Amino acid sequence: MRVEQASALVRALERRRRRTRASEATRESVAAYIFLLPWLLGLFGLTLGPMVASLALSFTHFDLLSPPRWIGLRNYSLLLSDDRYLHSMRVTLTYVFLEVPLKLAFALLLAIVLNQGLRALGLYRALFYVPSLLGGSVAIAILWRRIFSGDGTLNVILNTAGWHHPPAWLQDLSFALYTLVALGVWQFGSPMVIFLAGLRQIPRELYEAARVDGARRLSQFFRLTLPLLTPLILFNFVLQMIYAFQTFTPAFIVSGGNGSPVDSTLFYTLYLYNEAFGNLHMGYGAAMAWILLVAIATATGAIFASSRFWVFYMETST
Amino acid sequence: MTRARPRFASRISRRLLFHVAILLALVVMLYPLIWMVSASFKTGPEIFHGLNLLPQQPTLDNYASGWSALRSPFSVFFVNSIILCTAAVLGNVLSCTLAAFAFARLRFPLKRVLFGVMLLTIMLPFHATIVPQFVLFQRLGWVGTILPIVAPKFLAVDAFFVFLLVQFIRSIPTSLDDAAKIDGCGPFRLFRWVIFPLLTPAVATTAIFTFIFTWNDFFSQLLYLGNSVSSYTVPVALRAFIDATSLSSWGQTLAMSLLSLIPIVGFFIAFQRLLVEGISTTGFKG
Repeated sequence: MRVEQASALVRALERRRRRTRASEATRESVAAYIFLLPWLLGLFGLTLGPMVASLALSFTHFDLLSPPRWIGLRNYSLLLSDDRYLHSMRVTLTYVFLEVPLKLAFALLLAIVLNQGLRALGLYRALFYVPSLLGGSVAIAILWRRIFSGDGTLNVILNTAGWHHPPAWLQDLSFALYTLVALGVWQFGSPMVIFLAGLRQIPRELYEAARVDGARRLSQFFRLTLPLLTPLILFNFVLQMIYAFQTFTPAFIVSGGNGSPVDSTLFYTLYLYNEAFGNLHMGYGAAMAWILLVAIATATGAIFASSRFWVFYMETST
Repeated sequence: MTRARPRFASRISRRLLFHVAILLALVVMLYPLIWMVSASFKTGPEIFHGLNLLPQQPTLDNYASGWSALRSPFSVFFVNSIILCTAAVLGNVLSCTLAAFAFARLRFPLKRVLFGVMLLTIMLPFHATIVPQFVLFQRLGWVGTILPIVAPKFLAVDAFFVFLLVQFIRSIPTSLDDAAKIDGCGPFRLFRWVIFPLLTPAVATTAIFTFIFTWNDFFSQLLYLGNSVSSYTVPVALRAFIDATSLSSWGQTLAMSLLSLIPIVGFFIAFQRLLVEGISTTGFKG
């Protein structure tokens, strides 16, 4: 009798504990969704919703004033035969292919130099970072426009140094894009800071072991430092590529908003802006936006897929 | 022992060489900025031809005339920019810490899916949403106000900061949570009285980066605030400046451009360590 009573009591307590645990879990879930509410509103109202709407608009003719008119794939087929569009794609791809590797190379080089245990590392690191901080601003684009102009500072310097007819850089359609590449590469400070942080995490014992094994500095670099940095190279590579595809401000300011001279700096985003918001071809712009999204996603996917051949993850030894 | 000396000397000279090389690289890199400072104090012709960094006849004319060269003085644009950035900072700090707390500390259904979606939106180019967003804000009658730029911040659309804060909250030991729970704290009080006060460094990083990015963000300000001079922010005003003024006023343009960079440089000097640590641990934009 007593045993039965006791076991009934135990069961009742167990049930009650489970119930309170369950209701605690529900309460926690409810609380979580309250905390997440602003973010969820933004996610559906300003990110996912507009993404879907953007896709839908890309199948329409829409000028903001009259309601969108369904035209199927017209926008996409028009894009394929739009020479300026195809040109803007070439400009952007050229920019991405040049700017990203150069920027990462400089970032890596300087990170390795700065990691030699120098004093004043903090100060150097901060100064190299300054261009990354300011580089995206209109002010720096204006400065670039002045420096690389035909009668700009660079050419005054080159003249003084004895080069009497240097190119007019920004006004020269074969150089204008490269001045913008230079502006991008100039901002190598932020990937550099990330590389520096990574370099400092490589255990010193590994270098000591390598030295004991007779590895020279150069082979230490290629066999040890570089492989251990590959996860960060992947990270910086993906991030910088995504940013590079979206470059807008410098192209807009330096070219006066139209990609001049002769469309040589007509970046993808600049053409998108002009079409969607200048000419109010919003369906057309939405189609361009979706192609850009797919292009960036594909490139990111390809980089990640390739990463298993070249990215090296150290097994954590803890 | 005798061999130690030359080795020591060569190490010193190698160090010296490193420092000299780095300083040279820095001078080349920062030369455009130095030139900008000097040019803003120069007279018109000297900007074009003088190579000296020290102006021959230093003048403040560029600043004085540049300040009021557009229909509204630059003070209006600075105030507009400061209001916009302050609101953006408030929005991001509030909405991002709330979301980050849920992701880092609470258990709820669909958590992994939502977290994955959040990470994906970090990589989303903003062009993918810009056309419908513009239509939405236009229908709401918000174009010409700061709302289209500020409202998304209050809805944690800059998911990057959510991620940054999640990482930070995860590094806070959960023993604190347990102690608070034993004392009867629910999630809300746990957030308000335990976690949020410990977030100061991450919140400061979020606030400063939000301020700087919003200050520099030209695209959305051009789109939403580019129509009337009185609502211009600093970047939009600078753009109007190069359209409105002829080549003769490069001094003014450079002077105003330089002024526009001062808030960013100020923040950077004040919070340098915090910012650089922030980039190192989370891998940030540039």
